[in-house]
Amino acid sequence: MAEVNKDTKIEVTDGALIPDQAENSIFSAWNIAFFGALIILIILPIASPDPYRDILKFIPDGILTTFKVTILSIIFALVVGLFAGLGRLSRIKIINRIATIYVEVVRGIPLLVQLFYIYYALGKVVQLPRLTSAIIAMTFCYGAYMGEIFRAGIQGVPQGQMEAALALGMSRTQALWKVIIPQTFRIILPPVGNEFIALLKDSSLVSILAVADLLRRGREFASTSFLYFETYTIVALVYLVITLFLSRLVATMEKRMKINGRT
Amino acid sequence: MAEHRILIKDACKYFGDVKALNNANLEIKPGEVVLVIGPSGSGKSTMLRCVNKLESVTSGEIYIDDDCVTAPGADIRKIREDVGMVFQSFNLFKHLTVLRNITLALTTVKKTPKAEAEEIGRKLLARVGLADKEKAYPGQLSGGQQQRVAIARALAMNPRVMLFDEPTSALDPEMIKEVLDVMLDLAKEGMTMMVVSHEMGFAKAAADKVVFMADGEIIEIGSPEEIFDNPKEERTKTFLQHIL
Ligand SMILES: Nc1ncnc2c1ncn2[C@@H]1O[C@H](COP(=O)(O)OP(=O)(O)O)[C@@H](O)[C@H]1O
Ligand SMILES: [Mg+2]
Repeated sequence: MAEVNKDTKIEVTDGALIPDQAENSIFSAWNIAFFGALIILIILPIASPDPYRDILKFIPDGILTTFKVTILSIIFALVVGLFAGLGRLSRIKIINRIATIYVEVVRGIPLLVQLFYIYYALGKVVQLPRLTSAIIAMTFCYGAYMGEIFRAGIQGVPQGQMEAALALGMSRTQALWKVIIPQTFRIILPPVGNEFIALLKDSSLVSILAVADLLRRGREFASTSFLYFETYTIVALVYLVITLFLSRLVATMEKRMKINGRT
Repeated sequence: MAEHRILIKDACKYFGDVKALNNANLEIKPGEVVLVIGPSGSGKSTMLRCVNKLESVTSGEIYIDDDCVTAPGADIRKIREDVGMVFQSFNLFKHLTVLRNITLALTTVKKTPKAEAEEIGRKLLARVGLADKEKAYPGQLSGGQQQRVAIARALAMNPRVMLFDEPTSALDPEMIKEVLDVMLDLAKEGMTMMVVSHEMGFAKAAADKVVFMADGEIIEIGSPEEIFDNPKEERTKTFLQHIL
């Protein structure tokens, strides 16, 4: 039997750039998708101002809300994730257990259900504003993924760094905050970038809570104008341009860090 | 007052079923330089790492002066401040400048004011011949330079003892001398040193004692002349034939 390469890893993460053999040619998949979408977005309102110009005037508020939800959620998720990651590595059993349960719970419940749960079910106890609920749900969900990223990041810092810090008389906690965690940021930046893109796409789910994000604004426009095809074409293209742009950004960042990688 | 600086008494260390250190006994006086030699896997690193409790002994006792490292309630962080350690792979903090590498423990552990810590750091950098590198990051330095910074970093805490675990093994040959020279200076100044190394030149120039280990045991202890020129034990002879 032919030898099977056991090291083959199938990695299709949400935000990452898809490997492309024609990467450096002008006709790479990314170039075609990105510039194609961009050109359509520019040409449509020129060629046919009614309705495309109106649609494009109507949705920028939504884009802002989408970014607001995404950026706030990612910031909170980073904080939650740092503690979740530390918890997953903790030697204290109970903390370790709680962190692990958190991750399992989050992974096991669809994000849409988490959104509903935090807004409607918890709404019976405390009625939170829609936007707040949305951000809490996204944070809760992505905090768990960030936790796994932080855990891997911390484990990716060579053991010798901790030993050197301990040998100098530092406590484990001091070593963690002054030596280990600062070094994880380089390691986790690309995966965090990918999570950002994934979160941006998932943030369209908050439109279900009537948070006026990009998708919701599109829906509002479509439901009054009945121009479903035209509106959702624009909405899809705007999402596409944003996420493609961001994934290129993350990929470039990753490449840079590989080059500058200090040993 | 104890006569020894480091005292290792009946120290054993198991890793699961592996007996990495078997009944080690060793006394090192203040200012002595002790070289530890032996084949790979013979427990040299383990013995060194038990001295500053990077590993805990399974049984036995270890003292630094009158402080018992192995006592259950020992203030291990206080003891580690007094025991500098230099690693084979340098282990410099990659995200910090050379100067900050040296001052980090001073400011976080000893709460030394920043300006004072930097003054100490600069003096030490000058001492290891790297005064012009304080703003560099470890990745921008050669191996030899990194190891000299690592020595300066350990010295910053003003230790009573310095442990070296194969400090030159990861270096290109042309860089070994610059590190050994720093270590020789330290030895001359009276630092108590425990050095795992097979650098014969350093041994002859600076070592007061040579310890030969095999299979977790200390097989033979003697002056460099005794061990290198007239080893008593068969295993010592065989080993020396391999490395000479
Ligand atoms: N952390 C560890 N876990 C398990 N076994 C270990 C560990 N450290 C060392 N050992 C084992 O202990 C023995 C002595 O190792 P070491 O002290 O590193 O030897 P040396 O430094 O002389 O090469 C070896 O058999 C090694 O495999
Ligand atoms: Mg070793």
